[in-house]
Amino acid sequence: MSSVILKQVSKHYRLDAVEVPALSEITLTIASGRFTVLSGPSGSGKTTLLNLIGCIDQPDSGTLTVAGENVLALQDDALADFRARHIGFIFQNFNLIPVLNAYENIEYPLLLTGVDTRERQRRVQDLLDAVGLADRAKNLPGQLSGGQRQRVAIARALATNPALVMADEPTANLDSHTGAAILELMRNLQCERRMSFVFSSHDPNVLAMADDAVFIRDGRITGIEQRTPELAA
Amino acid sequence: MNAFSLALRNLLRNRRRSLTTLLAMMIGVSAILLFGGYSRNINLGLQTDFVRGSGHLQIQHTDYFLYGSGNPAAYGIADYPRIIATLQNDPVLAPMLTVVTPRLSLGGIAGNFDAGVSRTVFGAGVDIAGQNAMLQWNDYDFPGVAKTSPLTGSRSDAAVIGTGVARVLQLCEPLQVQNCPGAQRRETDGAAAPADITALSAQEQPQAERSASRTAIELLAANAHGAPNVARLNVIKAEAMGVKEYDDMAVQLHLQQAQRLIYGQDAPKVTAIVLQLKHTGQMPAARARLTELLAGPLKGMPLEVHDFATLNPQYGQITGMFAAILGFIAILIGAIVLFTVSNTMSMAVVERTVEIGTLRALGLRRSGIRRLFVCEGALLGAVGALCGIVLALLVAYAVNHSGLTWLPPGNVDPVPLTIRVWGEPAMIGRTALGLMLVATLSAWWPARRAAKLNIVDALRHV
Repeated sequence: MSSVILKQVSKHYRLDAVEVPALSEITLTIASGRFTVLSGPSGSGKTTLLNLIGCIDQPDSGTLTVAGENVLALQDDALADFRARHIGFIFQNFNLIPVLNAYENIEYPLLLTGVDTRERQRRVQDLLDAVGLADRAKNLPGQLSGGQRQRVAIARALATNPALVMADEPTANLDSHTGAAILELMRNLQCERRMSFVFSSHDPNVLAMADDAVFIRDGRITGIEQRTPELAA
Repeated sequence: MNAFSLALRNLLRNRRRSLTTLLAMMIGVSAILLFGGYSRNINLGLQTDFVRGSGHLQIQHTDYFLYGSGNPAAYGIADYPRIIATLQNDPVLAPMLTVVTPRLSLGGIAGNFDAGVSRTVFGAGVDIAGQNAMLQWNDYDFPGVAKTSPLTGSRSDAAVIGTGVARVLQLCEPLQVQNCPGAQRRETDGAAAPADITALSAQEQPQAERSASRTAIELLAANAHGAPNVARLNVIKAEAMGVKEYDDMAVQLHLQQAQRLIYGQDAPKVTAIVLQLKHTGQMPAARARLTELLAGPLKGMPLEVHDFATLNPQYGQITGMFAAILGFIAILIGAIVLFTVSNTMSMAVVERTVEIGTLRALGLRRSGIRRLFVCEGALLGAVGALCGIVLALLVAYAVNHSGLTWLPPGNVDPVPLTIRVWGEPAMIGRTALGLMLVATLSAWWPARRAAKLNIVDALRHV
């Protein structure tokens, strides 16, 4: 089953009067429940592709289907609701809301999707346990280390049980030891919960964990590797 | 966690900036309230003065208000005791009334013929008991002891004149009037009053009753038939009236004396029936009832009703002027608050651009982003207004207890400098609500800009 389908997707950026191609006629299918890594050098277009898949950016042409929905047909509010329900985000800089503590940061997406109080408490507590931060629930982001912040960000991304989790170089701002621990945590959670994780990274450690690797250069896919076999549904 | 809770936390996150904005709002709100309280006190003081002097409503002969000053006698209200009795016994009107009293206005010439001087004057014949009752009115709790008319307990020929009249009539010394330079006095040959005036005066008052006082004056007026008549009055006091034009013309005498002067042996009339109400707010109801009575039991009498604001146009002019100044100040302060809050919110949007992008990526709608910033503006407005109210109350309390005095226009004696903030919930509510609205609107534009941010650009923001 496919989580994301891109067909002939192109994206240009305008730099002053010049149009700079970021992605050119990308056709790609990302399978459900897989750990997919978009890999390529800086400026290759992997973040742009991740943004398109995460429905926070729009292509200039082509079609994009996420979790079975033609997201390009959705209006802004519907797209926001779609992201809240189906997509989780893990950012390079963690991007936690500074005025909310760890518990509240994880809870926030659940508030957006209207999950009731009891279920919210259950899920947040479960995720705090899963990322090993049950004792840090009341801490504000400023009171947490980089690794702990990224754990909170991971828990937040998983809170709504999304079909797809997007992670843009999630270990780039962490030391190698912490980065490895975070990677392992994400991999374990992805396996446990059978979610689709899509990473953009040029870190070989991340690439080593991938089920599927998509190589990008100059806005074009230069290769796709299936490193582990797809499980039968 | 709702938008207000998040907004509050964001405001507390940048305490210094929020406090600076709050301080601007506090000063703004308190400035409006303090000036509003000051002008409110002036308005109420002015109203109290007019209501004490001329009542809330006056029943006058039709057209007297427009044309009567030239010949008050021609606009007399006959059978006024019956009208007063009707008003006092009316079940609707009576509970609203504190005083119903007649008054007779007249124009004439006052002369101190012993000194060979005279001048035109405007006189008022008043019922002293009614006048004193009117002076007790204090619906707005102004400090001080209520005055009584200097004519209280005086003889029927007693009169009170303005200090300006006293100066012109050269009565400064016996009446102990200040600012009467000796140079203004002129020597006279001591000639008596013209023979015809003396004769009229003698007819009016037998020689035995005539006062031989140094403060005696003759008041010459046209009677109801247009013929001249004279009353000899004994001036018992010269009183400063506060307004020079009035001070130079005012003569107050007993109603019966004035009626004798104008109507002689005819049935006495008055030019106005003065009604004082318990509360100014009752004026519309009282006026409506008077209209009914004039169309019912008092039908056929050519009467009309005027309120104190119509009778004293300067009341509307002064209150209007203060309202305009207050409005101007409020607009200026509103503009300052608008730019201050707008600036604070704009800075917050710039600083929290990445956060906005994150919230949008997580699925918060544009309207949610707008709501967040508008809530922050509204909260700033609410807290600023609240603190401003407290500050204004404290400053007003300090000023009211400082013992400072000032001389309002039209007053003779200095009055305590009073700022009415406490007990003015409507003014406080309007000011607070207005500033909160301005603060909320100020946040609207930055909030709209925040909501329109492109998610990818916001996330890339450094």
